[in-house]
Amino acid sequence: MLIPTDEKELADAISSAKGPLSIRGGNTRGFAADGTPLATTGLSGISLYEPGALTLVAAAGTPIDDIQDALAAEGQRLPFEPIDHRPILNSQGTPTIGGVVAANVSGPRRIQAGACRDSLIGVRFVDGQGTTIKNGGRVMKNVTGYDLVKLMAGSYGTLGVISEVAFKVLPAASSAACVLIEGLTDANAIKAMSRALGSPFDVSGAAHVPVGLDGTPVTMIRLEGFEKSVRYRANELKNILDEFGDINIELDPANVAKGWAWVRDATPFVGTNGDIWRVSVKPSDAPDLVAKIAPKSHLYDWGGGLIWVEVASGTDVRAAMRNIQGHATRIRGDGHAPKFHPEAPLLAKINRELRQKFDPRGILNPSLMG
Amino acid sequence: MEMPIPNADILAKKSRLVERLLQVLPNEAVIHSENETKVYECDGLTAYRCPPLCAVLPACTEEVAAVLKICHEMNVPVVPRGSGTSLAGGALPTADSVILGVARMSEVLETDYENRFVRVQTGRTNLSVTGAVEEDGFFYAPDPSSQLACAIAGNIAMNSGGAHCLKYGVTTNNLMGVRMVMMDGSVVDIGGAHLDASGLDLLGIICGSEGQLGVVTEATLRILHKPEGARPVLMGFDSNEVAGACVSDIIKAGVLPVAIEFMDRPVIEATEAFAGAGYPDCEALLIVEVEGSDQEIDDQLDLICSIAERHNPVELRQSKSADESARIWLGRKSAFGAMGQINDYMCLDGTIPVSELPHVLRRIGELSDQYGLKVGNVFHAGDGNMHPLILFDANKEGDLELCEAMGADILRLCVEVGGCLTGEHGVGVEKRDLMFDQFTATDLEAQMVVKDVFDPNWLLNPAKVFPLSASEERMAS
Repeated sequence: MLIPTDEKELADAISSAKGPLSIRGGNTRGFAADGTPLATTGLSGISLYEPGALTLVAAAGTPIDDIQDALAAEGQRLPFEPIDHRPILNSQGTPTIGGVVAANVSGPRRIQAGACRDSLIGVRFVDGQGTTIKNGGRVMKNVTGYDLVKLMAGSYGTLGVISEVAFKVLPAASSAACVLIEGLTDANAIKAMSRALGSPFDVSGAAHVPVGLDGTPVTMIRLEGFEKSVRYRANELKNILDEFGDINIELDPANVAKGWAWVRDATPFVGTNGDIWRVSVKPSDAPDLVAKIAPKSHLYDWGGGLIWVEVASGTDVRAAMRNIQGHATRIRGDGHAPKFHPEAPLLAKINRELRQKFDPRGILNPSLMG
Repeated sequence: MEMPIPNADILAKKSRLVERLLQVLPNEAVIHSENETKVYECDGLTAYRCPPLCAVLPACTEEVAAVLKICHEMNVPVVPRGSGTSLAGGALPTADSVILGVARMSEVLETDYENRFVRVQTGRTNLSVTGAVEEDGFFYAPDPSSQLACAIAGNIAMNSGGAHCLKYGVTTNNLMGVRMVMMDGSVVDIGGAHLDASGLDLLGIICGSEGQLGVVTEATLRILHKPEGARPVLMGFDSNEVAGACVSDIIKAGVLPVAIEFMDRPVIEATEAFAGAGYPDCEALLIVEVEGSDQEIDDQLDLICSIAERHNPVELRQSKSADESARIWLGRKSAFGAMGQINDYMCLDGTIPVSELPHVLRRIGELSDQYGLKVGNVFHAGDGNMHPLILFDANKEGDLELCEAMGADILRLCVEVGGCLTGEHGVGVEKRDLMFDQFTATDLEAQMVVKDVFDPNWLLNPAKVFPLSASEERMAS
C-alpha cells in the first residue's frame, strides 16, 4: 500500500506507478477499484480555518471527525451533512474529507444547503501523469477560469488524486425540530413533503420511512435555526399539512439529531443482505418507480428525490427506469450491472475523453466509472 | 488590449457563409450588413469594440444546431451572446466571428411547483424567470444587479452571483440541468429535474465556462418559495476596519443574513449627492438584510444590532416597514449610477478572504493616491466579493490605460492576499491576461484540456478566459 505523506510523495507515487492504482481515502465507502492501493491518509491536517470568513482548508486525508470537531468548537458545520457508509457496508477504517469529496457524499440537508460539490470552493490534486494542479481557492465567490472544483467532486479518483480541499462552511443551527406525520402512503408522503418544501419555512430535511420503528410509516420534516423561529415554523407547517393526517412535533434536540442520523446513514439497511441502490429522480416520479422496482425495503430522502432501495442480490434496478429521468448507483453488492449509471452515448464519450486527458495511462481507479 | 488578427480566409468567405446561414434561418434572423452588425460590436464593457462578421438570432435549439454545424464545417469562430450585459467583455466579437444571440429564445417551457423547478429557454432574462413564478409565491434566487436585462444564458456562462448569494448560492448552485448544442451541432442533455449528476459533473464545468464549451439553449432552474418577508438594518462606522470586524462577528454569532452590503466614504458621499437616501456621514456603512416572519426578522435584527453596538456604530437604523427598507436600499441600489454621474468608471470584481478586508481597503487607498485616480468601494461583504469603482475620464488621453493599470494592480492584490481575479463577472477579455497571476501554466493547461474535449478546434468564444500566449498554439491549429 502506498501512503504518501506529502503532495510531492503523492506526485512521485503516481508518476512512477507501473500499473493500475486503487485510489482511496479511508476506504470506507467501497469505491476503490482493483490495483495497487494508494491511500491519502498520510496527508492530514487542517491548514486554515477562519470562522469569521466561513472557510476551512484541509489536507485530503484528514479524518472527517477532525473537521467536524474543529467546526463544532466554533459553532459551525459542513452544510451538506456527509453520510457515514460504514454501518451499511460493514466497512472498517476512518472516513476522510478527501473521500467525501471524491464521492460527492451528501446527506439529508442536500435539498436546502446543496451537495458536497456546492460547498467545495477549492481543490489541489495530482493527475494521472503526476502533475499537481490547483483550482478554485479559499474564497466562496470565484468564477476565475473553468470550475474544475466541481469536476473533481464526484469523480471518484478517476481524474486525479485529491490532495487538498477548501470549503465554505455554515453556522450550525442552535435548535432543530422535526414535524412528524404518521401513516401516509408513499404517494401522499411525497405530496406532503413537496408542500413543506414549497413553503416559505426553510425546510432542511424531508424524508419518508415506509416502515418506521413501530412498523407504521412516518414522514419526517426538519426545521433548523434559532429556537423561537424553529417553534414558529414547526407550528406553521403543522397548519399547512393538517389535512394529511395526525401531526406531532419533536423538539428534543437529541431525538431530532438521532432521527436524522438514522435517515442519513440509511440505517434500515444495516445488517440486511440484499443489494443497496441509491436512485435520484424527480420526487413526483418516485412512488411509481418504487412500485415498479418492488424492493425488499426502501427509504425516501430529499423530499422523495432520493430513494434508497434494497433489492435481491444481482437485481438491476435500472430496468425499471426506462422513460424516467434520473440515475441509479449501486452502493452495496456485486451484480452484473455497472455500479454507475451508464451515460447517453455522447456524454459517455465526453466523460471518457476527459478521463483520457487527465489520466492518459488509465491508471487511476480504472474502469470504475466506465 | 490585444485581440487575435482576423483570419483573412474567413473574412473572404463571408458571402458564402451568409448564404448558407440563410438556408437554415429566416432572413430577419441573419444580420450581415455593416451598419447592422455594429449593434453587436460590444457588450457591457464598452471600452472595447469590434463588429462581428455577422450575427444570427436563432429561435430554437434546432436552429442553433444548424448554425453551429455550418460554422463548424466552415471553421468559423462563434461568439455566443445572451443579452450582452457582460462587464468583462465575455461577448466581445472578433472581426472573423459569428455572434450567436439567444435573445429570441425566451419561452418558459415547463413550470413544476411540486418538484420546484422551471425549464426555460436561455434567452429569457433573469428577472422574468422570477416573473413567471412569483404570482404563485416562488422566485429564482441568483440576482445579479443587471437582472432586469441579463439573460439566463449569460448567467450560466459566467456563473453569475448577486447580492443574496450568501444564503442562496450563485448560478451553479441553482442550475439543475441544461440542453446544450456542441460546436459540431450535436445536442446533449445534462442533468434535469433530479438532483446531482450521474458520471462526471459536466454541469459543474459548463456553468462558468464563458460560452466556450457549447451553447446552452435550455436550462432547468431550481425555484424556491419566497420568504414571508425581509428587512434590513443600516449601520454606520467610523472606520473600514471596524465595519469589517462587525461583519466577521455577525457571521461568527451564527446568523446567516441573506445580504451584507458594504459601502465606503466615497460611495456614501456620491450616493447621498445623487439619491439623498439620508445615509449618515461616516467612513463605512453596512446594510444587513434578514428574512422570515415579522417576529423572526425582529429577533434576528435585534441580535445583529446587539453585535453592532459593541463596535460603537455612529448610526444604527433598523427598518420597521417596507418604506424604511426601501429607503435603506435606495442609496445602495443607486451606487453605480451615482458614481457614473461623477465620471466614467471601471468596475472591478475581485474576491478576497473577509479577514483581509481592512488591509485591502487600505492598500486600494494607497494605489488611488499613487495613480491619482479616485476609487469608491461598494461590495458584498459577507462573501468578500469586492467591487472597487475606479473613476477616470474616457475623453482624457491616457486615462483609460492608467485606470486599466491600476485595476490590474488591485486584482493582483486580491490574488496576493489569497483571493481571486473575479467573483461573479467572469474573466472575459478583461482579465484574460492576468490569469498567470492566479494560475500556473499547469493549472491553466488543466482547464484548457477541458476545452479540447468539448471544442477541439477552439472555435467557441475565441480570445476569452485564457491569455492569448497560452491559447495561441491551439487557436492556430
